[in-house]
Amino acid sequence: MPSLDDLRKRIASVKSTQKITKAMKMVAAAKLRKAQEMAEKGRPFSDKMDVIIQNLSKAINDPLNAPRLLVGTGEDKVHLCIVMTADRGLCGGFNTNIVKQAKNYFNKILKGSKTLKIITVGTKGLDQLKRDYGKYIIKKINFKDKKKLSFKDAETIGNEIVKLFKNKEFDKCIIFFNKFKNVMTQVPQTQQVIPAKKEEQSEQEEHTSYEFEPEEDEILEDLLPKNISTQIYKGFLENSASEQGSRMTAMDNATRNAGDLVEKLTINYNRSRQAAITKELIEIISGAESL
Amino acid sequence: MSENFNTEIISPEKVLLRDKTESVTIPSFEGEMTILANHISLITFLRPGIIEINGSKKVKYFIEDGTVEFSNNNLVILSSTIIETINLTKDKIDKIIEESKSFLNRDTLDDKKRYILSHKIDCLQRIN
Repeated sequence: MPSLDDLRKRIASVKSTQKITKAMKMVAAAKLRKAQEMAEKGRPFSDKMDVIIQNLSKAINDPLNAPRLLVGTGEDKVHLCIVMTADRGLCGGFNTNIVKQAKNYFNKILKGSKTLKIITVGTKGLDQLKRDYGKYIIKKINFKDKKKLSFKDAETIGNEIVKLFKNKEFDKCIIFFNKFKNVMTQVPQTQQVIPAKKEEQSEQEEHTSYEFEPEEDEILEDLLPKNISTQIYKGFLENSASEQGSRMTAMDNATRNAGDLVEKLTINYNRSRQAAITKELIEIISGAESL
Repeated sequence: MSENFNTEIISPEKVLLRDKTESVTIPSFEGEMTILANHISLITFLRPGIIEINGSKKVKYFIEDGTVEFSNNNLVILSSTIIETINLTKDKIDKIIEESKSFLNRDTLDDKKRYILSHKIDCLQRIN
């Protein structure tokens, strides 16, 4: 049985933890609103970009001459995985979920005796991956000192990837990020960005024939690198909204748990205090009686 | 009364404009073109220049690059570098011109980039 003093100290410490988690929840809620807004505003751009590229790829009749970024190298040996996580912790299962999904994928690749290359974006993912997959990591990127991510940041990563692809460093590029569904749920996503062409789609769909100016492949040549940056930027936005949402939920739970704990401890404390008083009274009474 | 069509200008950050328009002039890569309603479906990309929107109000944007899709009377302009010309001050323009010129003087540029940059400078000087 802990002494009264111990209990009092514990209650005080849990209460101060509760204050912190509560504050973090508030901050996350405020940031979430902004991040969510950005994510929602950013969606039309990447969606439209996707539509245009799919329309273009339908128009290409000769897959042999199509840009490599669209149809791939024709091989499937080296996979480049971009794992996007947060730079900060204390956000529930946010980082772990992405990493878990990525690890599943890594194991599948390694079992198929393909080569794996990893780029980590965000420090938390790196921390979780470097023990098991450290030797596969070719680049680490983080934006710890940046407050807000802009399209330029996504572009730098995008250009880097395109450069690697042009040097024939990999055949397929996959990005991992969390898609923001609502505050409670974030869905880890695996998305292939290179080659950009989707595997067989519903062909029945009547598509309009477009006029292209200049030629299709010239447009594609210009558009595809942009598409990669766009997809990465989308990943950023979804991720930051998810991170805040996840943190808010986690901190809300923590605050509630702390409240429960304080309640329990207080009952405990009151009981032991009462017990001590009763004991003292009995001692006094029995002392008086014996006189 | 001429026919209208929907125009959307979208940047990665947000939807800049969504309007019913009568005509839109865009600086397509191979020359300026004006799009009216019932234009044939089209995909093209842009070089630096001015987009003129003639809709519920007249707006002008300066654009460095972008992609345009037109289909079924819906015009979509995607660009990561787009500024409304009203927001472009003289200082800003001068700065961009200065930067572009210094780029232009490098030898590593290929013809395509040279072409794009010289257009950018041209266009900005015209605004000035």
